[in-house]
Amino acid sequence: MTAPGTRADGTRADGTRADGAPADGLRADGAPGPAPAYRPPRAAALRRFARAYLARRAGAAGLGILVLAALLALTAPLYIGDGQLDVTRVDGPLLAPPSGAYPLGTDHAGRSVLLLTVWGARSSLAVGCVATVLTVLLGSAVGLVAGHYGGRLGRALMHVTDWFIALPSLPLAISLAAVIGQGPVSITIAIAVTSWSATARLVRAQTIAVGARPFVERARALGAGEAQVMFRHILPNVTPIILVSATLTVASAILSEATLTFLGLGDPTDVTWGSMLSAALSQGAVTYGAWWYLMAPGTAILLVVLGFTLTGRTVEHLLNPRTGGAS
Amino acid sequence: MSASAPASAAGPTASAGPAEAAPAALEVRGLTVVHPPRGGRGPARAVDGVDLRLEQGEILALIGESGCGKSTLARALVGLTRPTSGEVLYRGTPLRYTGSALKAYRRHTQLVLQDPGGALNPRQTVFDAVAEGPRLHGLKEGLEERVRSALSRAGLRPPEDFLARYPHQLSGGQQQRVVIAGALALDPAVVVADEPVASLDASVRGEILQLVLRLRDELGLSALVVSHDLGLAWNIADRVAVMYLGRIVEVGTVEDVLLRPVHPYTRALLSVLPGPDRGRRPTVLTGEAPDPTAVPAGCRFHPRCPAWAALDGPGREAAGCTVRELPVLTADPGAGRQAACHLVDAAADTPAGGAGTAGAPGGAAQAPGAEDGRG
Repeated sequence: MTAPGTRADGTRADGTRADGAPADGLRADGAPGPAPAYRPPRAAALRRFARAYLARRAGAAGLGILVLAALLALTAPLYIGDGQLDVTRVDGPLLAPPSGAYPLGTDHAGRSVLLLTVWGARSSLAVGCVATVLTVLLGSAVGLVAGHYGGRLGRALMHVTDWFIALPSLPLAISLAAVIGQGPVSITIAIAVTSWSATARLVRAQTIAVGARPFVERARALGAGEAQVMFRHILPNVTPIILVSATLTVASAILSEATLTFLGLGDPTDVTWGSMLSAALSQGAVTYGAWWYLMAPGTAILLVVLGFTLTGRTVEHLLNPRTGGAS
Repeated sequence: MSASAPASAAGPTASAGPAEAAPAALEVRGLTVVHPPRGGRGPARAVDGVDLRLEQGEILALIGESGCGKSTLARALVGLTRPTSGEVLYRGTPLRYTGSALKAYRRHTQLVLQDPGGALNPRQTVFDAVAEGPRLHGLKEGLEERVRSALSRAGLRPPEDFLARYPHQLSGGQQQRVVIAGALALDPAVVVADEPVASLDASVRGEILQLVLRLRDELGLSALVVSHDLGLAWNIADRVAVMYLGRIVEVGTVEDVLLRPVHPYTRALLSVLPGPDRGRRPTVLTGEAPDPTAVPAGCRFHPRCPAWAALDGPGREAAGCTVRELPVLTADPGAGRQAACHLVDAAADTPAGGAGTAGAPGGAAQAPGAEDGRG
C-alpha cells in the first residue's frame, strides 16, 4: 500500500497516483490475440471422476456388487426358464443341502435356491430403483421449492410433508394392495409415497443453507431471477446430497420391498427375495434346519444394500469439492 | 467494451470538484429501510433517512461500526433490498423495482461482497463465475473474450491459467479478484463493495485496494466502498461518509473528515486508531451498542456522545441534544463538508465542548500518523 503521505500528495494535487500508473496499456492488452479456445472441462472432469472413483476400494467394491447384480438380473431370462421355476415341473430333491448340482441347495418344491435368488434380484432391483426415482423426484422438487421460495407456499408444502412422514407405510401398502391389487406396482407406490417426505425435508434444509450463502446474493446482484438462482446455484449445490440420499433410498426401498413381499403383499406367483424368505418360513425351513433356504435371499439383500451404500458414500465423498477435488 | 470507458485519469479529479452539471453516478434521496419486527422487538430502522451522492469516477467510503446500517444501505443501492421509503437514482433516473428495470439496472451497478470464498459458487469454474453476468444479460457473443479481458483487468494474468479452476483452488486474494472480474465483465459504471478486503490478509488487502484505484483511473469506475476500517478509507477514498445508527453523521472529503473531524463520533473513531507514541488518550465510547429498534430521540448519538457528556447542566439544556431532531445531511454537491451535530452547528467547524474530550488540540492532525499502523 502506498504510504499515506505519498497518497495524499499524489492524489489531491494532480489526480494521479504513484501506484496507479495508468499508462501500462492494461485495458488495451486485456484482449490478447488468438488464444486456444476455452473448453468447459466437462469430459475431462468425467474421466477424472471415474478414475478417482475406481481408485477408492470401497466404491469399486460397491459398484462391482451392483454391476454383478444388475448383470445377473438382466441376463437371468437367458438361462432361467419356467422349467426351473415352476413348482410343477421341477424334479430336484426337496430341501436338499448345497451340493454339486445345487450349489445353494433346493427349496421345499425342489427348485434350485441359487436360481431363485438370481431371479428374485429382478423384482427387488426394479422395484427399488423405480421407487427411488419417484421418491427422489418428488422429494427434491418439493424440498427445493419449499426451501427456496419459503413463505406461505413453503409452509404449506412442509405441512403436507409432515403429514406424509406420519403416514405408516405398512397399513398404506396393505390398503393400496387392496385397492389396486397386489403386486410390484402397489409396492412401488407405497414405498415412494412413504419415503419421499424424508428426502423433501433433507433437500429443503440444504436448500435453505445454500440459499443463505453469499454467492446466491452475488447471483441476484448480477441480475439472476429466482428460477436461475434455483437451477444454477442452489440445485448444483444440493445435487450431491440428493444423489447420496438416492443411493441410500434404494437400499431402504429394497429392504421395504423385501418386507412387503415377505408379508405377502407382492404378486404371489412372482419370485422375490421377500417371498422366498416368507416361503422358507411357512414351509418349515427353519424347523428343518434348511439354513441355505434363508441364507441365500438374506445375503443377497445384504449385499445389494451394501453395494448401494458403498456407492453412495463414495459418490458423496467425490462430489464434495473439498474432499474429492474431482468434480 | 474497454474502449467505451473514459481513458483519462482526469475523470476523478473533475468530478471531485464542481460537478453540478453531470448527474451523480448513483444517488439516494431520503432512503429508509425498516426491517419488520422480529422476536418481540420493534421494527428495526436499519437505514433511517439518508441522502448521498456518488459522483462519476469517485470513490466514496462509507464508514461505520457493525450494525449501523451500512451494509443495508449498500444492498439498497444495488437494488437487493427494497427501501421502505425514498429512492435510489442511477444517473438521475429513479430505480423502479420491477423485474426488468432491476435487471437492466444490474448491468450497470455491481456488488462485491466481503467474503470472496463464499461469494463464489464452489461448483462453478472461474470461467462460469465470471461469465455469469454476461450470460444473464444475454451477452453471448465474444463471451470468452469478455471473460478473459475481465480476468486480466482484475489482475489474474494470464487468464487461461484460471479459467478451468475452481474457487477452492485459489487463494483468498485470487478469489476476490475473480469476484471483481465477475463484476467487471459487465462493464459496470458503479461498483458497490461491501467490506471488500475485510477477510483478506494485509498484503492481499493492499493489492485489492490498488486494483480498485487502478480500475477507477483506467475505466472511470465509480465505487462506494463500505468498511469499518478508517485506514482503508484514507487509502482509497475521495470522500468519506460516516454512518451512525442509520444516518450519515459526517460527510466530506477524506482530508476534511479524517484529518479535521468535527463530529464527536468521527473523532472518537479516529482517536482509537493505534498511533505511534503520540500519547493520546483514546476516546472509548461507552454506553450500549446502538440499537436500530430503539433509536434515541433528538441526536441519536447523544447517549454515547463524549462531547455531550462533558457539558454541564445549563450547557446541555442549551444544546438540546436530547430533544431537537437533526436534519438529514444534504447530498447537494456544493455542500462541502457537513456534520450532523448540534454542538458543531453552533460553532461552525470547531466542535464545541468536544475539544477537550474527543481529542487533544491538534489531535486531528495525528490522524494520518495513526494510519501508518493500518495501511
